[in-house]
Amino acid sequence: MATAAAHQTARTHGNAGQEGGIADETYQRVFDATVAADERIEPRDWMPDAYRATLVRQIAQHAHSEIIGMQPEANWITRAPSLRRKAILMAKVQDEAGHGLYLYSAAETLGASREDLLDKLHTGRQKYSSIFNYPTLTWADVGAIGWLVDGAAITNQVPLCRCSYGPYARAMVRVCKEESFHQRQGYELLLALSRGTPEQHAMAQDAVDRWWWPSLMMFGPPDDESAHSAQSMAWKIKRHSNDELRRRFVDICVPQAESLGLTLPDPDLKWNEERGHYDFGPIDWTEFKEVLKGNGPCNEQRITQRKRAHDEGAWVREAAAAYAAKHSPRTEVEQA
Amino acid sequence: MTDTDWPLWEVFVRSRRGLSHTHAGSLHAPDAEFALRNARDLYTRRGEGVSIWVVPSSAITASSPDEKDPFFEPAADKPYRHPTFYEIPEGVKHL
Repeated sequence: MATAAAHQTARTHGNAGQEGGIADETYQRVFDATVAADERIEPRDWMPDAYRATLVRQIAQHAHSEIIGMQPEANWITRAPSLRRKAILMAKVQDEAGHGLYLYSAAETLGASREDLLDKLHTGRQKYSSIFNYPTLTWADVGAIGWLVDGAAITNQVPLCRCSYGPYARAMVRVCKEESFHQRQGYELLLALSRGTPEQHAMAQDAVDRWWWPSLMMFGPPDDESAHSAQSMAWKIKRHSNDELRRRFVDICVPQAESLGLTLPDPDLKWNEERGHYDFGPIDWTEFKEVLKGNGPCNEQRITQRKRAHDEGAWVREAAAAYAAKHSPRTEVEQA
Repeated sequence: MTDTDWPLWEVFVRSRRGLSHTHAGSLHAPDAEFALRNARDLYTRRGEGVSIWVVPSSAITASSPDEKDPFFEPAADKPYRHPTFYEIPEGVKHL
């Protein structure tokens, strides 16, 4: 309740800042100084409209990615090869739901409403990470997602723990702590397959072959083509460029792949002594753009499934509200 | 109205930007505005905070200490939620 009240005042406060030009300039100076000093902006602080809008867009997209990301892996829960793997996978998918909730709450501190955000997801007006539009064809894909997709997400999210917006940064701290298990279970799963029968090894290799390039695309377009990057870096929402994070991820993955006994599907991948990084081949940005536009293998399926889950869950929300109304003390009923 | 009739308020203080508000304690006050001022005087006399929330104590629903074990038990038998549950070969970095 305290939080709701604080958010309410945050909006009022924000609007008050818009009224006078002189007041606006003062507010802007305080905001700029706070960001420059590497301090956090908190919900009740004045902030530029564009900063607020950028954060809502980014946090919403991040939240949507978490809950859409439940689908490709949930696809394998009923077919997990052992009770151990099944329990792990359920715990992971449950975590993704939790991460979505942390993030939607962070977006709400900026004045966004949960219902509106979900509506924008369902009608395609807000996006989610294009990685989740690829199918999970075999059990090994669960491992490849944990290792590569969650690995890329961690590389992206660790710097976000120092994002200039307090509630987003704090949500990221929680998320990153929990992601560690996700990545390790994926690695362990792939290792078991890689060291298994020739068929299992081939299955692990096939999954890595299919997930490697889409994982590299998760860092977004190259720096010179990234629309929002420069402003986000200036606002310290973003701390490193897309290409820098992508390079860091590749450098981490190459030795990890060697330990797995698997290869990464890129003939150009080799250590560059001079740069101190691995060189890697060109990314197919045409594919990236097509998937982003809605033409990936699973775009339609993901949104259809999300809407169905939401619609079919309506009775649960209604029942919870009816139960709460029935059990609330008499005074509250009268007030309502 | 005597002092003891005033409602109880829970006080949450943010010690600096970037950290969440944490519970500092409680106090009595006739309304929210007074509670906020009293909280400033009571809990932040030495610059302990940059932001305060006050919440009527009656608005807080707390889990019961008697039910602590059954309430939190579901998390106890799921060691696989922790990264240390997984065996990773020695020498593999950044996992």
